Amino acid sequence: MEAITTVDLTKKYKDVVAVDKLNLKIAKGELFSLLGVNGAGKTTTIKMLSCLTKPTDGDALVGGYSIKEEALSVKELIGVSPQETAVAPNLSVEENLALMCGIHGFSKEKSQEKIRTLSEQFDLRSILSKKAGKLSGGWQRRVSIAMALIGEPSILFLDEPTLGLDVIARSELWDAIRNLKSKVTIILTTHYMEEAETLSDRIGIMKDGKLLVVGTARELMDMTGAEKFENAFISIVKEAKP
Amino acid sequence: MKMLTFAKRCSKEILRDPLNLFFGLGFPVVLILLLSAIQASIPVELFAIEHLTPGITVFGLAFMTLFSATLAAKDRESAFLQRLYTTPLKPSDFILGYMLPILPLALGQSTVCYLLAIALGLPVTVHILWAILMLLPIAVFYISLGLLCGSIFNVKQVGGICGALLTNVSAWLSGVWFDLELVGDVFQKIADLLPFVHAVELERAVIRGNIAEALPHLWPVVIYAGITLAGAVLLFLRQMKK
Repeated sequence: MEAITTVDLTKKYKDVVAVDKLNLKIAKGELFSLLGVNGAGKTTTIKMLSCLTKPTDGDALVGGYSIKEEALSVKELIGVSPQETAVAPNLSVEENLALMCGIHGFSKEKSQEKIRTLSEQFDLRSILSKKAGKLSGGWQRRVSIAMALIGEPSILFLDEPTLGLDVIARSELWDAIRNLKSKVTIILTTHYMEEAETLSDRIGIMKDGKLLVVGTARELMDMTGAEKFENAFISIVKEAKP
Repeated sequence: MKMLTFAKRCSKEILRDPLNLFFGLGFPVVLILLLSAIQASIPVELFAIEHLTPGITVFGLAFMTLFSATLAAKDRESAFLQRLYTTPLKPSDFILGYMLPILPLALGQSTVCYLLAIALGLPVTVHILWAILMLLPIAVFYISLGLLCGSIFNVKQVGGICGALLTNVSAWLSGVWFDLELVGDVFQKIADLLPFVHAVELERAVIRGNIAEALPHLWPVVIYAGITLAGAVLLFLRQMKK
């Protein structure tokens, strides 16, 4: 059963084709990574799938709902952690989580339960009363992902979740993402090869808005004859026709 | 309920910024105290407390534009608003959520100004309550103007336009600081075309208890408030679609 199906999904900005006829199927519970150099179309794809921007052409079914015709139903199913940290800076961590609970229409009891569960899951208890804007980048990312999970999404979009984090913070965030695997369908974009290789069930590589290949890290390495995944990625991107 | 959650967040963001508290509450209070001190030494009719306070309450509302514009622009620049666009919040929830929390702030600011004026000799009459109520249309104008600016300008531009330009324009063309007739016919005509002087004259007439003099000044303010509100809604919706 597919969580996401895209059919000729296309986004054009004037003369630039940001995403070009993307056809992709992502299974329920899968962790799918989108890789590509800058401007490959990863973030635009996520923006279309999360109903932030409308496709110029084509469509996608997210949880069975069309992103063009049934955006509100799609929004009930998804959680998004954008590329930049997206927290309310003058609110405490607890207030940020409570804000998302309120936006999803949870009762007071359910909100308290959600905040407690996610605080434990992301180890946020020690910073619950701190202002979100005063936290380090790593903590803000954790809070951001926890906020994305408040609405109990069946599909979670993580746009470069570990960008700019130090090795320890990245490793801790990987653990948090691993804990979510199979419970939630995750679509992750990243520039870090190791991240994609370690976390993903399957990986899609994009260039100039086109999806070049899809497969497991092992399949992509076998396909190119590379011993390292990074070399497989470089080989696929370099050999792709402009 | 969802809108109220978002509105609560917006009011927290505004109230937790010390600069907002200073300009929103402290500055009009300082102006009344300072000008009343000058009035005590060199009596000028313009700065008599029953003449000065209505003007300051209107002028003080210019800071509400800065509050709503800065908040909307900051949210737009960070990924916070992007995150909220992927939730089930509707466009009306956003617009009301930004505007509603600032209305009580505006009325609170005016109440503080009138309480101070009472302490400085303004007679206590029911007209004060009417004057606070009659501030609503111009408050809606200023808050809508903020949302409008916050929908198209970035935080830096908002600071210049709403912080410096608007406060100066609304000061010069309101008749709070000098008699517009003294400057000349053209200046007065320009001022009459804008809502600021009408809002001030409306307040002064209401404080005097002269409804006949107040009404002709009410309509221009209401019309400006309506047009600005419509513009703010349209521009906010446009940037949401972008």
